[in-house]
Amino acid sequence: MKTSTPPPFDPNDPAGIDDLLSADEKAVRESVRQLCAQRVDPYVADWFERGTIDDIRGLTKELGSLGVLGMHLEGYGCAGMSATEYGLACLELEASDSGLRSLVSVQGSLAMFAIWRWGSEEQKTQWLPPMAAGEAIGCFGLTEPDVGSDPGSMRTRARRDGDDWVLDGRKMWITNGSIADVAVVWAQTDEGIRGFVVPTTTPGFSAPEIKHKQSLRASVTSELVLDAVRLPADAVLPEVRGLKGPLSCLNEARFGIVWGALGAARSSLQAALSYAGERTQFGRPISGFQLTQAKLVDMSLEYTKGSLLALHLARRKDAGTLRPEQVCLGKLNNVRESLEICRTARTILGANGISLEYPVIRHMNNLESVLTYEGTVEMHTLVLGQAITGQSAFR
Amino acid sequence: MNIVVCVKYVPDAQAERTFNASDNTTDRDNVDGLLSELDEYAVEEALKIVEAGEGEVTVLTVGPAQAADAIKKALQMGAHKGVHVDDDAIHGSDAVATSLVLAEAIKKIGNEAPVDLVVTGMASTDGTMGVVPTMLAERLGLPAVTFASELTIDGGAGGTATIHRDGDASTQTITATLPALVSVTDQINEPRYPSFKGIMAAKKKPVEKWALADLGIDPSQVGLDAAWTKVEAFAARPPRSQGEIVPDEGDGGRKLAAFLTEHKFV
Ligand SMILES: Cc1cc2nc3c(=O)[nH]c(=O)nc-3n(C[C@H](O)[C@H](O)[C@H](O)COP(=O)(O)OP(=O)(O)OC[C@H]3O[C@@H](n4cnc5c(N)ncnc54)[C@H](O)[C@@H]3O)c2cc1C
Repeated sequence: MKTSTPPPFDPNDPAGIDDLLSADEKAVRESVRQLCAQRVDPYVADWFERGTIDDIRGLTKELGSLGVLGMHLEGYGCAGMSATEYGLACLELEASDSGLRSLVSVQGSLAMFAIWRWGSEEQKTQWLPPMAAGEAIGCFGLTEPDVGSDPGSMRTRARRDGDDWVLDGRKMWITNGSIADVAVVWAQTDEGIRGFVVPTTTPGFSAPEIKHKQSLRASVTSELVLDAVRLPADAVLPEVRGLKGPLSCLNEARFGIVWGALGAARSSLQAALSYAGERTQFGRPISGFQLTQAKLVDMSLEYTKGSLLALHLARRKDAGTLRPEQVCLGKLNNVRESLEICRTARTILGANGISLEYPVIRHMNNLESVLTYEGTVEMHTLVLGQAITGQSAFR
Repeated sequence: MNIVVCVKYVPDAQAERTFNASDNTTDRDNVDGLLSELDEYAVEEALKIVEAGEGEVTVLTVGPAQAADAIKKALQMGAHKGVHVDDDAIHGSDAVATSLVLAEAIKKIGNEAPVDLVVTGMASTDGTMGVVPTMLAERLGLPAVTFASELTIDGGAGGTATIHRDGDASTQTITATLPALVSVTDQINEPRYPSFKGIMAAKKKPVEKWALADLGIDPSQVGLDAAWTKVEAFAARPPRSQGEIVPDEGDGGRKLAAFLTEHKFV
């Protein structure tokens, strides 16, 4: 048995999980943290309040120069980083704001991944390098006004007209829609569901922004209107048919969320911890009350367990052994627990907890979207329920 | 343009810093360390010079095994190669000895291709003596233009280095012929953070490891025993005393102003 003195206790990493990261992984995290500290953190509460991101194109280019966009993809100008590094980046981005992480997830894991995995060589060379650089922004249209959790019943249709394809329908709740240069749109065809690479300048395509959101306000969310959008034969993603196409992309993005949600939680937990140390009631800091300590400790425990789960799943992904059910497990647990951490942090801040002067209510509201998108809690429960019992309870 | 940037690996200023009880030297084993923030400006400035023209940036550090991290950070930022001088005998060296090791290492680097410019930070964030740059220039016989808040290179390798040095009352403009040594302040630029491509590329960049023997330095010339200065004793800083509360009896503003002038804050 070793008797040497262990390193000092770190309240922000109570279990010492940082030891499991390599120096390069920490370097990736540090670079993302620096970009966020300079370019996002001072402004994001104001963006959230105004429901906009200033100079979103400039910001996207800076994310591109750092290498974040499509960072876990190989070739075509992508950085080719590990899944662990991608996860760490998502965590840092979401510690700033879930809207920022959503921008990056949709760009890299949904739009770019769809083209990278299922696209033709021409589609890849045309779109991936500018998307990796942040010069072109992508969006991903699966959800529709009447179709959410059950994408197999989508109504958007693509029909053949000679060699061309003609798209009709509507997509709803599409992140980056109004600012996108290219939309990956999923539609029913005579050959099942297929994906299309749609330049947003194509006649018949429009993307009005969705207003009145109380969550992910520092993120662009849009409707896609497809009104006889005529596309050449080579606009279809050639390598996939059926729901497997969009689901494979969601699986990538969900993996990022497993990590990202923890970022929102960390930010809220740290805010609560420092607030509790400074706020005095009944003659002592509120962090000295057992009830507050119980909250802080529970938050810290769940954050720690979530971090271990995220890291474990990332190592599996890097080893090529990660199953989709395991991603569901991570998404279900980490978003749910992160939201709970944010809600508890909110109570510790008292009235200040509802103010945008602190990050907590912003993260809490953001995670309401994160809880729903990329598969609701119920959907992931049903996936895992089926995996565990062998019985499908979807319909 | 062949540039050498001298960088130091220092204990993280955010962490609890201590001294070794046995010899009163800084404890570097039990704290996280990093590339001295003030040296990041030197790396950035060197990178800007070669990016605007051509050339190569070599980062040089003298320090224990962990100091490799400082080199790595500079390589991730974009420097081309690294040289790490590590030798147990160096432990406890003062500025005089450190400048000797740096000078000999730069001479050795210069054997391959002549060094046109040496860039350093203005001081380290741990020792904060700020004397190594001048000592180093003296040993190398180079003009020392120090505390640059701006640096312009004219005429490439055989040309000149012109700096701005900001004083309290005036700004000096100083020109030196190359080769020269320039130390830079934290006003000179905004250091970049490594891009992911930089982090990936750094894995393949060459880092040479040299010991004192490779530089022809006798161990007796360096280390704690050769040091001209020595830490005799150390004590923890006393806890902060209570702040002074100035009661406002209609003259609060005047009292505050008096306090600020008395302590030379304004
Ligand atoms: C801010 C934001 C951004 C988004 N970005 C995108 C995007 O970029 N691209 C995209 O395609 N989509 C996007 N979405 C849409 C998101 O993926 C969907 O909202 C989500 O899939 C849920 O669909 P729905 O809202 O239609 O809910 P519904 O599917 O109608 O579900 C409503 C409720 O019923 C429950 N439910 C449904 N079926 C069952 C069942 N069988 N058993 C038990 N409960 C069930 C659900 O879990 C949920 O609680 C975004 C959403 C938001 C809020």
